[in-house]
Amino acid sequence: MDPLLQILKERGRLPTAELAKLTGKSEPEVEKAVRRFESDRVILGYQAILDSDKTGHGGVRAVIEVKITPERDGGFDRIAARVARYPEVVSCQLMSGGYDLLIVVEGSDLKRVAGFVAEKLSTIQGVISTATHFQLKTYKEAGVLFLQDDKAERLSISP
Amino acid sequence: MKSGGEFLADHVKGIPRSGIRDFFEIVQKRGDVISLGIGEPDVSAPWAVREAAIYSLEHGRTGYTSNSGSLKLRNEVATYVENIFGERYNPENEILVTVGVSEAIDLALRAVLNPGETVLYHEPCYVSYAPSITLAHAKGRAIRTRAEDGFRLDPKAVAEAAKGAKVLLLNFPTNPTGAVLSGRELDALAKVCVENNLLVISDEIYAELTYETKHESIVTRPGMRERTILLHGLSKAFAMTGFRIGYACAPAPLIEAMMKIHQYAILCAPTLSQEAAAEALRGAEVTTREARESYQMRRDFLRRKLEEAGLKPTNPAGAFYLFVDIRSTGLTSREFALQLLDEEKVAVVPGEAFGPGGEGFVRCSYATALDRIEVAAERIGRFVKKLGERRLVAAR
Repeated sequence: MDPLLQILKERGRLPTAELAKLTGKSEPEVEKAVRRFESDRVILGYQAILDSDKTGHGGVRAVIEVKITPERDGGFDRIAARVARYPEVVSCQLMSGGYDLLIVVEGSDLKRVAGFVAEKLSTIQGVISTATHFQLKTYKEAGVLFLQDDKAERLSISP
Repeated sequence: MKSGGEFLADHVKGIPRSGIRDFFEIVQKRGDVISLGIGEPDVSAPWAVREAAIYSLEHGRTGYTSNSGSLKLRNEVATYVENIFGERYNPENEILVTVGVSEAIDLALRAVLNPGETVLYHEPCYVSYAPSITLAHAKGRAIRTRAEDGFRLDPKAVAEAAKGAKVLLLNFPTNPTGAVLSGRELDALAKVCVENNLLVISDEIYAELTYETKHESIVTRPGMRERTILLHGLSKAFAMTGFRIGYACAPAPLIEAMMKIHQYAILCAPTLSQEAAAEALRGAEVTTREARESYQMRRDFLRRKLEEAGLKPTNPAGAFYLFVDIRSTGLTSREFALQLLDEEKVAVVPGEAFGPGGEGFVRCSYATALDRIEVAAERIGRFVKKLGERRLVAAR
């Protein structure tokens, strides 16, 4: 992977000056490359990964398995896009196996998520069934471990 | 009546204290130091490896393995070595699992050397080589490598030094200089070894951490397999230093002789570590690629920063060290390292620790987090500037 992309993937909020230092490019070069990645939609966005236990604005999250009927033109895509456009839906993926879409829904409380499933999701034409699982605790997200390893002490000088 | 130290063997008494250990004790006493003196990765072993160690404990695999190492691990080693070094070894009798490459070096030297025989090695070099040669009751003959040649070993210099020597000890990529040999240099060196009937002990522990080129081993050159003991281990590329697993690959009679010493001294490498090592080799491709990419970025970064500070680091093609020329400061490597520690709280290793050929240089390891490297490099820059100003004042 392009080293610039690799750094942005791991440490998305680095300022341009820092990125330039790390990659050995000039700042204008980095700016240009980043803009290019953004306009080509290689980079789709930047987000902080939050521990909702600590922010106090956690709300609830549910993973929902959705079965849908594919359409003659476009298969699953049109219905998947309809589902994905709801702001409550954090992620939406087409899966192989016993169901079709795996979606993650966020809401301020259980009632709202349940309401979304009952009133919006289930009533979309083509949606056959849903199975909702509420998340209880997060251990890892987006590659970031929520539990911290003990800090391993290295000898300050070693051969 | 004799007491205490008077019982010591002469050849052990003659070995000086390790310069690294010396310096370590000085650094240990200071708090809040950023260390570029660390010769090990800054990450823990991959989770799958740690998990394999836990699994083996849970399943009660706490007994001995075969003296040579578990056959499972030797099979993995054979496959891995073939992929990385391009040479096939028979896991039954051509591979020995050791407690790190350090033990393997000791075994190899003791297995082949009679008292008083000569070992060639290139210097500056890893701290254990000269003492290990002495402990094997042999004589070391150092061949100086130079910054001007990128610390690569000139085959001609080996030919000139080869008279009466039995063994050539190689370490490419080199700790502390990061030097690697090109394919052509390996060709020429192999020819010299064959012509002079040298046995080669080749410590290739940093093989996976070769940046611009793919690692090549001298063992693949014509006539070399039968006269080479290839040493490698999992400490560096797999971040498994504390597991202490290395291995030797060589023709059966050499491995058999090394195994004899190993079985009486060590019995076998720790079983738990062997289980972890087998898992590491199975998942090797991803681990080593990620490690290489990460180190390469840090190398380029540190080198740029040090160059900006007016220093001349080597351009290492392997390992995770920059060997930095500090001769322009007028200080010895030890003075430089001590003053840097005092004034800027940055630890680097004085080059003298790696033999007389290392004088005038300090070793900076970039196996440290980028933000720490950045602060360290800034402090080194400030320190070098201060030294320059002081020299100007003194000259007036």
